[in-house]
Amino acid sequence: MRPGDARVIYEVLVEVRLRPGIADPQGATIERALPALDFTGVGTVRVGKAIRLTVEAGDEDGAREVATAVADRLLANPVIEDSAVTVLGVADAAARIGATP
Amino acid sequence: MTARIGVVVFPGSNCEHDVVKALGLVAAGAAGSADWAAAPAAAPAPAVKAELVWHGERSLAGYDAVVLPGGFAHGDYLRPGALARFSPVMEAVSVYAAEGGPVVGICNGFQVLTEAGLLPGALQKNRGLRFLCTTVGVTVCTTRTVLTGATEPGEELRLPINHFEGNFTCDAATLAVLHAEDRVVLRYTDNPNGSLDDIAGVCNQAGNVVGLMPHPERACDPMTGATDGVGLLGSLLEAALRHASLPA
Repeated sequence: MRPGDARVIYEVLVEVRLRPGIADPQGATIERALPALDFTGVGTVRVGKAIRLTVEAGDEDGAREVATAVADRLLANPVIEDSAVTVLGVADAAARIGATP
Repeated sequence: MTARIGVVVFPGSNCEHDVVKALGLVAAGAAGSADWAAAPAAAPAPAVKAELVWHGERSLAGYDAVVLPGGFAHGDYLRPGALARFSPVMEAVSVYAAEGGPVVGICNGFQVLTEAGLLPGALQKNRGLRFLCTTVGVTVCTTRTVLTGATEPGEELRLPINHFEGNFTCDAATLAVLHAEDRVVLRYTDNPNGSLDDIAGVCNQAGNVVGLMPHPERACDPMTGATDGVGLLGSLLEAALRHASLPA
């Protein structure tokens, strides 16, 4: 390692969503179940996926760039899905992958 | 002349043995059909050898057709076919397809081909959110593909389906291209899963790569109560034999 090569482990959240206009029968089914549970005024339910990962990078932008590349290449199918990447912060030194924050 | 057909096996594939067996049944049946009876007396009966190809193989050299069978490759984790498309063998499948070799993806195999970008669109969860295990009617929409070359336009077939994510979708521009280029191969006569335009199978521009959700390999033996898959797999055998007779 050289000076300035400091690498930080970031916790990143990738949210994979169905693109607008793509039918979501799961979301529709959940939405239809809500009135029977006495929830009113709750609608537009869309079901996606939340994938958490850690990324080692020099800074947050670097971490976001890597996670976006992972999302584009694997996590989201561009025909029907898009993704949103959020860098949550620096990973706790004692954190393990899979531990609940 | 022997045509070798490679049936790819991913971890989680479960239809590969049915495909191998069905190809053998269809090849044996072809030997007694009228077409072969009309061939010159010296012509040998078609010899077809179907073999399993592990997903780790990087070469498809020597194969005259490739089938990606049904099942749950990689447990359908992330999305059906999402991980299988990165298997080592898929690079070879991509090259093989680009060179015009016959490639057929059945059910999960169709999902792998769309994830790999070798076929357009995507397969989503069935509209009714039910796993469908039933026999459905489909219509042959084009006979210019390696899977339908020996069928009649408009021919109606009854084939088993067995899927939870068989709902074909694509954007309007892609659908327009599929229509313009005659790339819709099969349509459901009574859409069971919400597929766009009732599409049950599509092909690439050249017609050598075909994906379909129904299982033709489950309709090749009278014992299973359906034999309408014989024409489809028979077309594939013919395509394989043509490939086998090409100069090396």
